[in-house]
Amino acid sequence: MKEKYLINARIIDPKNKIDEFGGLIIDEKGLIKNVGKEVSNENLPNDAEKIDLKNKILMPGLVDMRVFVGEPGFEYKENFRTLSDAAVSGGVTSVVSMPNTDPVIDNISMVDFLKRRGRDKSKINIFPAASLTKNADGIKMTEFGLLKRKGIAGFTDGVRTVQDPQLMSRIMNFASQSDSLIMQHAEDNILSKGGHINDGEISTRLGLQGIPSLAERIIVERDLAFLEEYFCRYHILQVSSEKTVSVIRKNKKEGKIFTAGVSINNLSLNENDIGDFKTFLKLSPPLRTENDRLSLVEAVNDGTIDVIVSDHKPEDEESKRLTFAQSATGAAGVETLLPLALELFHNKLIKLDKLISTMTSNPSKILGIKKGSLDIGNEADLCVLDINKPWVVKKGELKSKSKNTSIENRKLQGQVLKTFVKGQLLFNRT
Amino acid sequence: MAVIKKSKAVKINQNHLLGIQDLSFSDISEILNEAKKFIKLNKSSSKKTDLLRGKTQINLFFEPSTRTQSSFELAGKRLGADVMSMNIVNSAIKKGETLIDTAMTLNAMHPDIIVIRHQDSGAPNLLSQKVNCAVINAGDGRREHPTQALLDALTIINRKGKVEGLKIAICGDILHSRVARSNIYLMNMLGAEINVVAPKTLLPHSIERLGVKVFNNMKKGLENCDIVMMLRLQNERMQGSFVPSPREYYEYFGLTPDKLESAKKDALIMHPGPMNRGIEIDTSLADDINRSVIREQVELGVAVRMACLKIFCKRTL
Repeated sequence: MKEKYLINARIIDPKNKIDEFGGLIIDEKGLIKNVGKEVSNENLPNDAEKIDLKNKILMPGLVDMRVFVGEPGFEYKENFRTLSDAAVSGGVTSVVSMPNTDPVIDNISMVDFLKRRGRDKSKINIFPAASLTKNADGIKMTEFGLLKRKGIAGFTDGVRTVQDPQLMSRIMNFASQSDSLIMQHAEDNILSKGGHINDGEISTRLGLQGIPSLAERIIVERDLAFLEEYFCRYHILQVSSEKTVSVIRKNKKEGKIFTAGVSINNLSLNENDIGDFKTFLKLSPPLRTENDRLSLVEAVNDGTIDVIVSDHKPEDEESKRLTFAQSATGAAGVETLLPLALELFHNKLIKLDKLISTMTSNPSKILGIKKGSLDIGNEADLCVLDINKPWVVKKGELKSKSKNTSIENRKLQGQVLKTFVKGQLLFNRT
Repeated sequence: MAVIKKSKAVKINQNHLLGIQDLSFSDISEILNEAKKFIKLNKSSSKKTDLLRGKTQINLFFEPSTRTQSSFELAGKRLGADVMSMNIVNSAIKKGETLIDTAMTLNAMHPDIIVIRHQDSGAPNLLSQKVNCAVINAGDGRREHPTQALLDALTIINRKGKVEGLKIAICGDILHSRVARSNIYLMNMLGAEINVVAPKTLLPHSIERLGVKVFNNMKKGLENCDIVMMLRLQNERMQGSFVPSPREYYEYFGLTPDKLESAKKDALIMHPGPMNRGIEIDTSLADDINRSVIREQVELGVAVRMACLKIFCKRTL
């Protein structure tokens, strides 16, 4: 591979507090050799491969901490190749894959399979998560130490919550030994049983059983109480309500060390968007009120929430063409994560460097991976962005194998033009 | 008949009857006016008309039902339609066919109208998107039961002359009740004042946003009411424990002569059926011909459903 000179770009790298015009050099091994204003048109070697970015934004490739791949078991919903195509078209270069496959990722032989498939079929970096409990059924804990040594980035039951408080306290106690990252999907299974959407006026009108926000808050409060006794690397995957935001803010203020994420869906949509039983908006955690949404935006701004994820959950048509109660939960979104998040910037709700950090440097720091920044020597995972380009989301144009987008026909501003992974140009919008 | 004015220009704006929420005031007036004409017909010796001759009506009941299903069946037959009631127990749905596939199959047989009852809220809406004929909701999950509310309105108008200005108490298991929701929308639109009376565990979230006053004390909730609408305690829909026992429920929320004292002297008792005697209603009150209009509700139900079938079937011609 020849050295590549990316020039005439607005470089944004929240980790290194860079926001300036300049360029970036990718060396022969695909690593970042230099970055900043000193890389310009004037000091280019004559034989270098030159890519003129025409004043567009050059930033680290996105790290998406919550993505569902269909392999193994649900290849008809999404496989590594389609996921990878979808991800790079949205500037996402690293993902944490959820363990809710068939079989569940709960033992070391599965990790080998995943790594091999991920390497052979996808172009992006796959950081697999394993389940907290065997078969994600909340009864027996998995082998944190052995799995971590095999390359597992974090542990979560994904779509499920560890309900048993005794088991959860032991998990947190034991996991600290291997310095494993525990990622909780916070929803009390008993309080949310039978529920489909937020418990509120809309659930009353639609005649659907509600999921109270208390179901989320109660698990977060429980786990944070455990954290006092059994300190470990603890992350709440997706927060959805104002009540939980207050709990997190209070605990962080008291000095507890943990992190929290939010789905772009909960930041951009509310329960009213469900309209006439749109099953693509049946999500977990559910979309809640506009008040809840605004509290989440504020929580991102003040650092209460660290990470924004796509919660990319591809579901085939047959799983969604059902009554709301019978329909599968989740929306595909890895390729619209960044453009939809930019809506929050264009609406002047979140500053650009803050927004980008929640999808690059913050998740990398939580995961302990050398991604999400333009550090010299890092693999050149990059994203080139036209921040103003208007476009309309059409499910037919999505690269993901499943087309269950939560934002069909939404007008967005900002589109990814190029994506590099390990120095290679893998996506180039024409 | 202050509420319902006759007007020939009125046209229903909907292709389907999915819920009261989709109807306008004039839609409702048209249905009720049409229904009144059928009350007489249903009392006469020759009950058959040929208004829907040549039309096909399919009843698709995914939940057990006696009165609603037979009411719709009779209504269709009296209008001269060919009525087929699908027996779900023996159908392909039990073999794993989805609602949409069933809908497409039935649609290929060119029905003019499908009457559906389903345990999932929104199922009629989904069906209506996939078929070419009119869809009538005969009850979906906890969401709506529009013909029940319409027949309740007709019963009230028949006895009290109007709905406007009346005070109506809806009592019991509001949480699981589609009848309560449809009635709240309809009676509000017709100008009634509505109290809901229930234990806190059987009230849905933010019910007051639907335009009702909430009472947990039945005597207070019934004060000066013209209509007392009792709901069935829907044990089959309950997951877990909502009330300690039928005995305790009856003590506080069962309709007894003592609690009925606080309503108006001429207050009517209504119940969509089937009743749990001795749980939500005292058995003597249920049978009191001076107070209870429960049998009249059933009678007018046929007329209301005839009106709905006629109006909505016409829409798709």
